[in-house]
Amino acid sequence: MLTFTIRRLLLAIPTLLFISFVIFMLLEASPGDPLGDVPLTVPPEVKERMREALGLGQPWYVRYVLWLKQFFWVEPLYWFDSVFGTQFSAGMQRIISFQSRSPVFDVIAQRVPQTLTVVGMSYLVGVLIAIPIGIVSAYKQYSWFDQLGTFVSMIGFSMPTFFTGVVLIIIFGVKLQWFPSVYDTTLQVRDWDSFLAQVRQMVMPVTVLALYNAAQISRFMRASMLDNLGQDYVRTARAKGLSEKTVVLKHVLRNSLIPVITVIALGLPAVFGGAIITEQVFKVNGLGQLLITAIHGNDIPMVLTLTFIFAILIVLFTLIADILYGILDPRIRYD
Amino acid sequence: MTETERQHRLSVAETIDASAVQAGATAALPPDDPLHAGGETRSQWRDVWRQFRSHTGAMVALVLFLSIILFVTVGPLIWTIDPTYVDIRARNSGFSLAHPFGTDQLGRDMLARLMAGGRVSIAVGLTAMTIAITLGSLVGVVSGYFRRMDAPLMRLTELFLALPLLPLLLLMVTLFREPLSQSFGPAMGTFILIVSAIGATSWMQAARIVRGDVLGLKEREFILAARSIGTPARRMILRHVLPNVLSPIMVAATLGIATAIITESALSFLGLGFPPDFPTWGRLLYDAVDQMIQYPSRVILPGLFISLTVLCVNYIGDGLRDAMDPRIRGR
Repeated sequence: MLTFTIRRLLLAIPTLLFISFVIFMLLEASPGDPLGDVPLTVPPEVKERMREALGLGQPWYVRYVLWLKQFFWVEPLYWFDSVFGTQFSAGMQRIISFQSRSPVFDVIAQRVPQTLTVVGMSYLVGVLIAIPIGIVSAYKQYSWFDQLGTFVSMIGFSMPTFFTGVVLIIIFGVKLQWFPSVYDTTLQVRDWDSFLAQVRQMVMPVTVLALYNAAQISRFMRASMLDNLGQDYVRTARAKGLSEKTVVLKHVLRNSLIPVITVIALGLPAVFGGAIITEQVFKVNGLGQLLITAIHGNDIPMVLTLTFIFAILIVLFTLIADILYGILDPRIRYD
Repeated sequence: MTETERQHRLSVAETIDASAVQAGATAALPPDDPLHAGGETRSQWRDVWRQFRSHTGAMVALVLFLSIILFVTVGPLIWTIDPTYVDIRARNSGFSLAHPFGTDQLGRDMLARLMAGGRVSIAVGLTAMTIAITLGSLVGVVSGYFRRMDAPLMRLTELFLALPLLPLLLLMVTLFREPLSQSFGPAMGTFILIVSAIGATSWMQAARIVRGDVLGLKEREFILAARSIGTPARRMILRHVLPNVLSPIMVAATLGIATAIITESALSFLGLGFPPDFPTWGRLLYDAVDQMIQYPSRVILPGLFISLTVLCVNYIGDGLRDAMDPRIRGR
């Protein structure tokens, strides 16, 4: 298991390098110019110096390696310094955003909490809804509950989140006035009232994302339960006189959760991507919204870093899913 | 006359006699040509269709999907108002006889715009799916059939699976919209861009499924038989392998249409899809979000069309999967 983990970790490095290269070359091949909005009255030599100041003067491979160094060496050192008060990174250039001229990671650090609260909550809620639904609809296969569950989950992943979000805003934000339609990120939770306000504004984005996730996960849960319910060990458990509750909730559920947990781990990075749309609908200024403003503003370092962080998340969670699968299911051995 | 010759002649005569005796029986047998055999012929696809018909949800979805396609293709021939015609005096009108779904803030007829938008959305879905499936089947068949290509192609597939797709799509669309618009015109340029971007980033699932099936198929006897009579690789793939992996490809294709339609409308919704005067369902929804408080119907109608189309396609895919599975078929 350990060798497998190490081998996978080592394999992740070229994958990540390749992805960063693809994103970098895509940005490089693009005709967009970060200086495109500079007025035409600015003389060309001044423009050239602005270009130099942004670090665009060098050939692409120099900039690529420089960015790699900044991402993998300078930024971790900087974190290390700020935690332990050392001076390793003094004088080193961090990744600077073209738009705000501040370090990219500082901006990202400001945005992460919003995304994490909304996305994390919604995924948690989605999983908590999905698992019981999956269990019941598999146990009572072809019952009205199962039919309804199938239909609702079909609708759940057929309705795009931007549509469900807008519909929820129209119904609960505008007509009923129950929840605010715009997510207020300046709100700080200090007392009971502000906590309630925070909960109220989180209800709609969380519901939208949770429904979408629950629809998919409950299908997997159902399929996995059905697989296990037909196994011989279930008959044995019933034959030796265990109660139905023990059979389903102890024996079958534990075994069915193995593939579902890996699906949950695999789906997490995709949720971050999907949150881009939900954040746009509810005006949450999280990572997705940051990415979109950066794309519109031709902010190359920001786009590169953010997209790469999404890629790291994907690779990381795929790895976690693989390892979890091996740990949870002793029949699976990666040799 | 030698001994063998005599023997041969005798045996021929014997055969003639024997068949003459049986003549009455052979006449009653059906002719060799199954088309004239009478009774019901059973082909694989007829069985699939019979099984598909018993899936109520999929049949309802098929009828609905066909009517949506009729709505967007034949509809504009009946409802002849130009979707881009600006009638500023009739702007923001509600549901009326002249404009069954009302008009938008510039007085353009919503029904006509929904038809035009649907045509683009469905065209994007179908084209992107075709690209993705072609690429996916190609990669899948090649890596499953040629052992030497297997490892590199599967590595490539894994690399693509690790790409953050939505951010990358956003990036591709923003970066390359301008040059493509200049060379192909704004609408066609964006169409090419979006279709190829979606196609290039969604072939991996199909490739994996097809590879798995091809690997299983390669162990079968008929492949061995075909190889033993010296069938070249190209004909092997086209005649023997591809027809047998057609069913998973078709299921993947159906589900691919749904994903492509959703992705396109998501891009349009983020303001990075088609140009403003070029309606698609996603674009219509995006344009209406600003005034959703006063005119909620303009948001809900395109959204409903997207959801309904995707729901239908998903149900059809579900029915197809059940119908193509020989273990379920006939139950």
